[in-house]
Amino acid sequence: MSRGRAEIDRERCKGCTLCIGACPEKILAMSRDSFNRQGVPYAECFDESRCTACMSCAIICPDMAIRIIRLVTIGGE
Amino acid sequence: MPVDTVQEKVVYERPRSLADVPNHYCPGCGHGIIHKLLAQCIDELGIQESTILVAPVGCSVLAYNYLRVDGCEAAHGRAPAVATGLKRVHPDTTVISYQGDGDLLAIGTAETIHAANRGEKITVIFVNNAIYGMTGGQMAPTSLQAQKTKTSPYGRNPADVGFPIRACELLNTLQAPVFIERCAVSSVKTILKAKRAIMKGLRNQVEGKGYSFIEILSMCPTGWGMEPREAVSWMEAEMVPVFPLGNLRDR
Repeated sequence: MSRGRAEIDRERCKGCTLCIGACPEKILAMSRDSFNRQGVPYAECFDESRCTACMSCAIICPDMAIRIIRLVTIGGE
Repeated sequence: MPVDTVQEKVVYERPRSLADVPNHYCPGCGHGIIHKLLAQCIDELGIQESTILVAPVGCSVLAYNYLRVDGCEAAHGRAPAVATGLKRVHPDTTVISYQGDGDLLAIGTAETIHAANRGEKITVIFVNNAIYGMTGGQMAPTSLQAQKTKTSPYGRNPADVGFPIRACELLNTLQAPVFIERCAVSSVKTILKAKRAIMKGLRNQVEGKGYSFIEILSMCPTGWGMEPREAVSWMEAEMVPVFPLGNLRDR
């Protein structure tokens, strides 16, 4: 199982919540008490350890607010 | 014993052809997704320097602000005619006409059908959201039967204004087009399919094959008066049965 994380640019997020519906691990949620400069709640990942870097959230994001970083293991046995 | 090292690799980021600016679309609008797909395909084919985008009239009128390719703005509905001219003068370029439903099927019906019938070697991206988004949610030619809009407050009545037009099926009666497909941007799966269709449409042009038409069902949460995720469910439940997804022609 690959691992990684989603980098969400909170200032680009418009709070449409499409990524939350698309995430298969259900680890995304809207911010509760904080807002971005546009005045809307933004998407956040509350449990990065479960992110599989599947890219679903980034693919559906209409505002290109999400970058996906995959952790790649090099070397070892 | 060798030690594992974990490296970070960026696997999904902004395509080069998509400008790094916030877009003006409403939250949950499908245009942002479609722009991104188009930019990814342009990057993957390596045709950024030789692409000309014909921007339409409607919400996506500012598409040239977001896609970093050469562009031209066409009057309402005239995008396929402008694209025809551009392609004939510059046969080595990739000409994309990006149009909405009001643009392509209302005021531009004649241009659409004749450009397809002549088999112009262009790629038409048709964004179908069943409503006029920019002007405030009026009925479009593709609005569904009984769909409530600003200009059909009791629902679209076919006895009065006819049934929704199915663009793909209409163009499929013509001989010249080489590629016709209908896709959607409602889920990750359909978005990936839409990307493959756009890729095919652009590749047809790079290879000089002919006219490609890609219809993409898209959400307009503001125009439909819904939350973005509600709009996605409505599209899958109501629009897809009327506008079935799939490939109609691939020569």
